Amino acid sequence: MANIASSLLNLGYLETLSYQQTPLHRLDPRVKLLTTLAFIIAVVSFGKYEITALIPYFLYPVALIAVGNLPPGYLARKVLLAAPFAFFLGIFNPLLDRGVLVHLGPVGLSGGWVSFASIMLRFTLTVSAALILIAGTGLNAVCLGLEKLGAPRRFVVQLLFLYRYIFVLTEEALRLVRARTLRSFQGRGLGFTVFTSMIGQLLLRTLARARRIHLAMLSRGFSGKIHLIRPLHLQGRDVAFFLGWTALFGLLRLYNLSEVLGNALAGLIK
Amino acid sequence: MHMADALISPAVGGAMWAASAGLTAYSAKKLKQDLDEHRVPLMGVLGAFIFAAQMINFTIPGTGSSGHLAGGMLLAILLGPAAAFLVMASVLTIQALFFGDGGLLALGCNIINMGGVACFIGYPLIYKKIVRQQPTPGRILLGTMVASILALQMGAFGVVLETRFSGISELPFSTFLLLMQPIHLAIGIVEGLITAAVVSFVWKAHPEILIQTPSVAAARVHSHKPLVLGLALFAVVAGGALSWFASTHPDGLEWAIKGVTGKEELEAPRAGAHGVLSRIQEKFSFLPDYDFKKPEGDAGEKEAKKEEGWPHVSRGRSLAGILGAAMTLLLAGLIGFGLRRYSSHQKG
Repeated sequence: MANIASSLLNLGYLETLSYQQTPLHRLDPRVKLLTTLAFIIAVVSFGKYEITALIPYFLYPVALIAVGNLPPGYLARKVLLAAPFAFFLGIFNPLLDRGVLVHLGPVGLSGGWVSFASIMLRFTLTVSAALILIAGTGLNAVCLGLEKLGAPRRFVVQLLFLYRYIFVLTEEALRLVRARTLRSFQGRGLGFTVFTSMIGQLLLRTLARARRIHLAMLSRGFSGKIHLIRPLHLQGRDVAFFLGWTALFGLLRLYNLSEVLGNALAGLIK
Repeated sequence: MHMADALISPAVGGAMWAASAGLTAYSAKKLKQDLDEHRVPLMGVLGAFIFAAQMINFTIPGTGSSGHLAGGMLLAILLGPAAAFLVMASVLTIQALFFGDGGLLALGCNIINMGGVACFIGYPLIYKKIVRQQPTPGRILLGTMVASILALQMGAFGVVLETRFSGISELPFSTFLLLMQPIHLAIGIVEGLITAAVVSFVWKAHPEILIQTPSVAAARVHSHKPLVLGLALFAVVAGGALSWFASTHPDGLEWAIKGVTGKEELEAPRAGAHGVLSRIQEKFSFLPDYDFKKPEGDAGEKEAKKEEGWPHVSRGRSLAGILGAAMTLLLAGLIGFGLRRYSSHQKG
């Protein structure tokens, strides 16, 4: 039950974050979508032992969090919550790849630990990029951008409907679960038959609600087509954003900035 | 089971993205023909239902852990494959965007593994064949169990393949397979039971929801699908397993060359057009000699020593076999399709 309530809260919070008016939020959604995709592809294209070359890429999420006035702690927690899958797959690497790859002073690090660190770095970068995309754009704008970029309209409309009704139906599910919890004195988890009849009930309520929604739409003049009317104009700053960042990602992919800076520093110290 | 971006390479991610984008476009197009406009809110609401249902966990007796519904099969039964695929794709998109559950680049992989397999393979090929037009509780149970188990096995296999091809995780193919498949067998059984129970519940309360209108089925006069699928399956089996039994003796030409020059292959000149083309071929062949690329040096020699014995069981060989068969099938299909279009153009 806490799970459902907290998920609802999370969705709502991300939604409110996307309503802010910052330079990030005012950018064209298509540009933000494409830049995020370019970022992910660049990060993911590194070989499995790269660590130092990935670190400069943190510039992108950090810059966007700053400009978009997004809460870094909250985003960091969400990334942590999503980490288990990558963590549990990545943790096999140190067990399987034991040849020493690099020496940190007296300590020798095996290839497995290096690739594990690389996996976790990649994970942090890509997931934060996705969260920043939605917190800095909002689902409505993302869907608009998707449609203008060529996604089938049916799919975009489906996404928008899904999003609206997630709130409605998770509240319904919360009511069901809460009612059942209040009526079970010891409440030791949900048994199978009770679970399936609850899901079945939820489904029937869903279908009845869909019927009511459809009738409501019909009586307001719905004729089968959804019209998305919001003119999107590409401005100079949008193009500059996209070109600038993708050029940077390409540059960072070719030249390891950490190495360059480290060498420069070492040269200065000497 | 959601794949993360951290474990994927751009090639794999991009390829699966293209595949799922293609399937999405296909599903959207198929839905246009279906003029039921009450589907528009129904699809959205059912997607939200899946989302909500996934958050309700039940306890699995004896293990102390909890499970939940995945939903692809249930959606396919209620909406039909094309609509169900779009709904699953949208649910997975929301999960990736808002919860970081599955990466954005890996979204294509996840849509295929969890949506495409259940809606386009599990539902039409398994569930419908078992249930046909008489949804008795027994048939529903059997159909959903078999379909869910197989769909989840295939989805899990997809995850293993995608991880292996990306080369970021060190997990060897067989170990990962042995880890994923049994877990997803258990999940598939549970999923099948839940779906069957819910479908039976709905069948008892509102049976009209489950009866598919035969209008679309009547429109299709003669379907080549069973033949094509049979061929595809045979190609997979032949490429995958029978390739191990391929003879390791040199073939006719190599035997003849060996008789004449003492070696099985002729050395090609490294200069000129020959050299350029052979270098290009070396670069692009990702499965040279129908097997995985041999690592250089000591490891390569050790592996070469292991390469005796018949049947020559090799993952690379199976892979080469399956991929080769798939590409050939695709090419043949494209040529056939092209020829059909050309001949109908000629007539009309």
